Amino acid sequence: MIELWFVIIAFLWTGYFVLEGFDFGVGMLAPVVSRTPAEQRASLQTIGPVWDGNEVWLITAVGAMFAAFPAWYAGMFSGFYLPVTLILAGLIMRGVGLEWRGKVASPLWCDLGIVVGSALPAFLWGAVFAGLLFGGAPAALLGGAFTLAVCALHGAVFLALKTTGPVRRRARVAALAAAGVSIPIAVAALSGLGTFPALTAMAALAAATALTWRRREGWAFAATAGAIVLATVAVFMELRVRPLPGLTLAEAASGEYTLTMLSWIGLITLPFVLVYQGWTYWVFRKRVQVAG
Amino acid sequence: MDALDLARWQFGVTTVYHFLFVPLTIGLGVFVAGLQTAWHRTGKEHYLKLTKFFGKLFLINFAMGVVTGIVQEFQFGMNWSEYSTFVGDVFGAPLAMEALLAFFMESTFLGLWIFGWDRLPKKVHLATIWAAAIGSNLSAYFILAANAWMKHPVGYEVVDGKARMTDLWAVLTNSTALAQVPHVVGSAFVVAGGFVLAVCGYWLLRTRAEMWRSAARAALVMTAIAGAVVAGTGDSSARLLHEQQPMKLAAAEGLEHDTQGAAFTVVPGIEIPKLLSLLSAHDPGATVQGTEDLQARFERQFGPGDYRPDPTVVFWSFRVMIVFGLATVGLSVLGLWLTRRRRPFPAWLSRALLLALPLPLVAVIAGWLLSEIGRQPWTVTGELLTAASVSPGVSLAEVATSLTLFTLLYGALAVAEVVLLARHVRGGVEERPPAPAAERREPSLMY
Repeated sequence: MIELWFVIIAFLWTGYFVLEGFDFGVGMLAPVVSRTPAEQRASLQTIGPVWDGNEVWLITAVGAMFAAFPAWYAGMFSGFYLPVTLILAGLIMRGVGLEWRGKVASPLWCDLGIVVGSALPAFLWGAVFAGLLFGGAPAALLGGAFTLAVCALHGAVFLALKTTGPVRRRARVAALAAAGVSIPIAVAALSGLGTFPALTAMAALAAATALTWRRREGWAFAATAGAIVLATVAVFMELRVRPLPGLTLAEAASGEYTLTMLSWIGLITLPFVLVYQGWTYWVFRKRVQVAG
Repeated sequence: MDALDLARWQFGVTTVYHFLFVPLTIGLGVFVAGLQTAWHRTGKEHYLKLTKFFGKLFLINFAMGVVTGIVQEFQFGMNWSEYSTFVGDVFGAPLAMEALLAFFMESTFLGLWIFGWDRLPKKVHLATIWAAAIGSNLSAYFILAANAWMKHPVGYEVVDGKARMTDLWAVLTNSTALAQVPHVVGSAFVVAGGFVLAVCGYWLLRTRAEMWRSAARAALVMTAIAGAVVAGTGDSSARLLHEQQPMKLAAAEGLEHDTQGAAFTVVPGIEIPKLLSLLSAHDPGATVQGTEDLQARFERQFGPGDYRPDPTVVFWSFRVMIVFGLATVGLSVLGLWLTRRRRPFPAWLSRALLLALPLPLVAVIAGWLLSEIGRQPWTVTGELLTAASVSPGVSLAEVATSLTLFTLLYGALAVAEVVLLARHVRGGVEERPPAPAAERREPSLMY
């Protein structure tokens, strides 16, 4: 039961990084790939209907950690106090920016909030998890650089997949540039883990680059998503043995009763969530056109 | 001043701030869904205009509710790691259920609603706003079940210094939660109704358009009904306090010693004989426990310490809650009476309706202060003290940093939110809302 809940939590974090990963990338790159306000609006509209639902993966992952492994939850967030504070500040600025930018007179402040609020958490999540695994500032910086670069790549590929015309062209260029930065960082960051998923994650990034080059945007997006899945799996394989320094999963876990109850609830509700979130992507499956 | 004090301030500031937006999300979502349903049923154009108008105000507010809510979920782990480790087995379950059952539904369907006007069939689009509104209301239930457990822990045992859940059903049907849910959700509808009334009041002073009258009437009905629910469940809450949290009740009444046939203190010096016993036990002769006698009993039970909450805050927040809450409900009942059978809104009433925005907000905040400060010095009544709940490894400087950052950010956003809401209220309804998909010539698949 403890193992099962660890896998569920790893699944929820993986979902979060895959989904919000491209949200972060789009948030960071929208001003880069857009030249006009209409293009900027179209770029952000690619994530408009889905980003809030994507963020709930984080809420659920953290809620599930709180319920299933209270000591892990408590130790992780009190241990990484300042980075988590900044992540929260970033998510606040970004959320408000995305919701308000269509309703304010001048979206300048909102756009600034979106860029900072996307880049900051994208970097800091990597720093927090690297810090959790290895400790120390160099590891944290490398981990942060890795997630920042991969989110940028993932988001750029998503933008190329979901837009048309000049935005799509610039997004492809941005994706190739992000790939050029991510791959060396990924080699440095993931070879430290050395496990099979970590190594295949690097291969997936290389594949994403080649596919972007050949304008196979759908497959490129699958490859960046795959790279994030594999990297997250690699991280959680390490955390399974030692979720926090001096703590084992069994010590951190809630009782058998709670875990059983949570399993039933998750089993019943999660399929519905996946279906209606999937449906949202289906409804908004078409590329976003630049208005006017 | 130590890390504990600042952590408490941070919890107070972020939670009160969060709860300025939550009631509007809970109540206004249903109101907007109701407007859209009215448009769907009657086909009247002005319902569509109102849906879009209040929908926009709802979304401006919703954003703030969401982002300030994320802080809440992390804050337990960041500042209150001892608390989290102690309660997670029980307290975490409703939080996880809230995310799975409520937040996913709320945010996903709201995204579909915002961007789906032209992409979804009319009926499906209407269903998305209802799904989002139901999600918001479900979330209130789960978080209140978690909160109620702190005041009246049930369905658990303590093993190795940690609470272990033994009965999820007992946690979810905690008598305190069942009294609290209608009380808090009802007050959310009062706040939302008051918000709509203030907006309508503003417009009724400027135009005679029928649409503002109909929106105001609907909001008056909503506020009056919700107000009755709040008052009724307030009474049952008082009875539960008498049984479960006598210290809070005693502090709220400034009652120092156990008293038979206790009087209700309106304000210090003015008392209504036997009313407190009547309200709290439904028996005018019943004994109500006092703070000093409870303190002596708690010291015998739990060891030395001060088990009394801040008497001034608890006493006065109780009165502010009642006065401001009843004033809102009174205003709505008066408004219903004055505008019965299509009578017009008198100008002074429209002006008075502007007060319907601040009055209930003050009442709900006072209610939370009563509820949570009245629980002190415990985080989990009888099990865990607030002082023992704080994160041991988090320094004063760290809490000070996050408290400063959140306060500055929240302050700036509060100003921005008020400016933005005011601008959109003044902007009024859009005269020609874009026609929904079904009425357009081109097929709805044209993106």
